[in-house]
Amino acid sequence: MTTDRPKHLVHILAREFASNLATPTLIVDADGTLIFFNEAAEELVGGTFAEVGEMTIDEFSNTFAPRHENDDPLPMEERPTRIAFEERRAAHEVMTVTGLDGVVRQIGVTAFPLFAQKDEFVGIVAIWWRE
Amino acid sequence: MRVVIWGCRGSVASPGPATVRCGGNTSCVEVSLEDGSVFVLDAGTGIRELGAELAERGTRRLHLLLTHLHLDHLEGLRFFAPLFDPNVEIDLWGPRSPVLGLQERIRRSFSPPLFPIDLQDTPAKVTFHDVPKVPWRVGEALLTASLVVHPGPTVGFRIEADGASVAYLPDHEPALAGRFEERTRDWISGGSIADDVDLLLHDAQYFEDEYVERLGWGHSSVSSAVAYAEAVGAKRLVLFHHDPTHSDETMQKLESEARSLVEDGEDPPTVAREGMVLEL
Repeated sequence: MTTDRPKHLVHILAREFASNLATPTLIVDADGTLIFFNEAAEELVGGTFAEVGEMTIDEFSNTFAPRHENDDPLPMEERPTRIAFEERRAAHEVMTVTGLDGVVRQIGVTAFPLFAQKDEFVGIVAIWWRE
Repeated sequence: MRVVIWGCRGSVASPGPATVRCGGNTSCVEVSLEDGSVFVLDAGTGIRELGAELAERGTRRLHLLLTHLHLDHLEGLRFFAPLFDPNVEIDLWGPRSPVLGLQERIRRSFSPPLFPIDLQDTPAKVTFHDVPKVPWRVGEALLTASLVVHPGPTVGFRIEADGASVAYLPDHEPALAGRFEERTRDWISGGSIADDVDLLLHDAQYFEDEYVERLGWGHSSVSSAVAYAEAVGAKRLVLFHHDPTHSDETMQKLESEARSLVEDGEDPPTVAREGMVLEL
């Protein structure tokens, strides 16, 4: 799924910021759509953004079957991206995921909300850390 | 739609014999429509003379659209004659900051000790509007504002009416947000403002060698302006926000450089001049 909706300036600047980072970074808009991840994230995702395309962050997250260390599934409400999006606060969690390339990895995910104005939520940024 | 340029200088007013052709007044553009609506884009020093003209015409209602509050876009407001006429109604549109609304932000520069009169004491009926996040209508005109790449909260404006469109991006450094030549328009700063527009007034303050020394200052090089116009499909480009150190002779060279960058047969880019009238 792709859209040609004009992107908020915050997203445009965040994309450029992320494009210049070696840290895997994902950008989600206010509708909960993953609109970009950088080259550094490709290795962990197991594909390029052009291949993956836009999709909801929950759909994207499910693709990786995130789970605890003991292999119990990580409930949606405990996922940092969902917490940042729904509760509008920063969150961090370590989890095991399976990339699109089939490789199992342990990663940390830090997600935080973006506000363009005090009352204007424009999305979230998620950063992945290889544990 | 009639577009008149009353000021196209950037950063600071620069009157004098070296700038007679392009003019030394800072940003101010008038857009008037067939139904008599008047839109004023920015309140640089060019607005002083426009204000006198509007007073002579007897204009009682107008819309003032501010892209941002840097002084070269605001300093003329204090000398805008319609503000001092109790019979005039002014709708003043501009960006809020992340923490303050437009009215509070303007008041800071329109009150003592910077100016002897407080904005709330001017006789005209002024209504302040933080620019809407979605397009809005004023009479027959459809207006769009969108945040763009420039230090501090800054918007570009698009006005569509009378079967024509104009986009105004006087202070804009889209190159800072990546190579827009390789992006779809939805990912280009100001893309929704300038998309397939009939007339684009765009920042082209620097030559390339000047730009590399001023990266991140919020302004574009001439080649960037030309590439931007191409990327958004603008039909005509007018180069705007002239550097205060650029003489008329230098501006001639800048225009030639811009024209050398477009294909034959395309409408050639033009340097903005005070008094320039563009009929759309």
